[in-house]
Amino acid sequence: MNRWMKVAIIKYNAGNIRSVDHALKRLGVEAVITDDHETILKADRVIFPGVGEAASTMEYLKERELDTLLKGLSCPVLGICLGQQLMCSWSEEGDTPCIGIFDQAVRHFPKDGLKVPHMGWNSLDRVKGILIPAELIGSYVYFVHSYYVPVCEDTAAETSYMLPFSAAMQKDNFYATQFHPEKSGGPGELILKQFLEL
Amino acid sequence: MLAKRIIPCLDIRDGLTVKGINFENVIDVGDPVELGAKYARDGADELVYLDITATHEGRKLFADLVRRISEHLNIPFTVGGGIDRVEDADLLLSAGADKVSINSSAVRDPGLVDRIAGGFGKQFVVVAIDAQWKDDRWTVYVNGGRIPTNKELFTWAREVQDRGAGEILFTSMNHDGTKQGYACDAIRELSSQLTIPVIASGGAGSKEHFVEVFEHGMADAALAASIFHYNEIPVPELKDYLKKANITIR
Repeated sequence: MNRWMKVAIIKYNAGNIRSVDHALKRLGVEAVITDDHETILKADRVIFPGVGEAASTMEYLKERELDTLLKGLSCPVLGICLGQQLMCSWSEEGDTPCIGIFDQAVRHFPKDGLKVPHMGWNSLDRVKGILIPAELIGSYVYFVHSYYVPVCEDTAAETSYMLPFSAAMQKDNFYATQFHPEKSGGPGELILKQFLEL
Repeated sequence: MLAKRIIPCLDIRDGLTVKGINFENVIDVGDPVELGAKYARDGADELVYLDITATHEGRKLFADLVRRISEHLNIPFTVGGGIDRVEDADLLLSAGADKVSINSSAVRDPGLVDRIAGGFGKQFVVVAIDAQWKDDRWTVYVNGGRIPTNKELFTWAREVQDRGAGEILFTSMNHDGTKQGYACDAIRELSSQLTIPVIASGGAGSKEHFVEVFEHGMADAALAASIFHYNEIPVPELKDYLKKANITIR
């Protein structure tokens, strides 16, 4: 891996962004956490992490025009957790119009089924595309979420919780995971490494 | 399938782990980062770090420690102890904690659950409840099990769920330290009444106890301290055993 690679982590009003930075450091890559357009445009890789709530986060991104910036990027972009959801076109959470990279609607898990949030380690049941190596089929990764993206043409990995959903997505240069690779032990490190080496 | 979680709990005083024997391949067992990394390598699904320091200086050491843990650990971890205000939670989040656990402070100021969940999301808030079965009732205690309150376990658990707790960490004071097994009936009742995950704590003494708490107790996760720290049941051995018992385990 090229340790001089410029990696930008989008800074916004979300939870544990620091842990993504730490995970990259463990892979030998120094990232910058920034909301500066110039820096993001010059980056070789952009990571859009997040734990938080859809409506207030979209509002924050829009105020800084980060939504249009993200959509127009041509380098590999990785959305994580809420990041994946906000890269879709709409979220049921607060009836929120989102960035619209993936033409999909984000749904809340059924309320009369298992416990929500879906919290903990679950397995990658199907995998396609280049972000997640086929050897990781059956591997466990760490999820924390109440909303999900249904399985669709952009689905790059499937996991089941009450129903099958998009554990990962890919479209052109845009990649996303519903799980947290930065908290998913060895398999997570492999996926982050794969993203940096695309 | 969502896996059941195994969670070792580490007590911290003045930035160092309180319990623990010398493990192989762990340079300094007093170092919470080293010990945590060892548990992560062994297959622990999550860790809980509980600060039992009483002094202001110790608290500052703890925040520094959380930052170092976050740098080194590639699994989620919860931190607890002395979180009385939203600012305390914010400081630990900035240091890299995935979740905070609040206990007595939530009883004294239930609105704290709403405020932390509102500010940082439900997934960030674990409400820990210590309770004792006495006179046909589960009474909630505060201050490390020293002071009884007028709250009842199930009512209190439902209240904090409504206020925005993302998980409940329930310790049965009757079972804690006995190594005779978890309070499976109460845990099952909690798990049935709640729509958020329940972490069972108190009483783990054998591998069978974990099967019981997952099957009969319907717990989503099981926490233990001494059996892991004194290497009575190594994490890999426990996970093998649970897999053979057809429990979904990572």
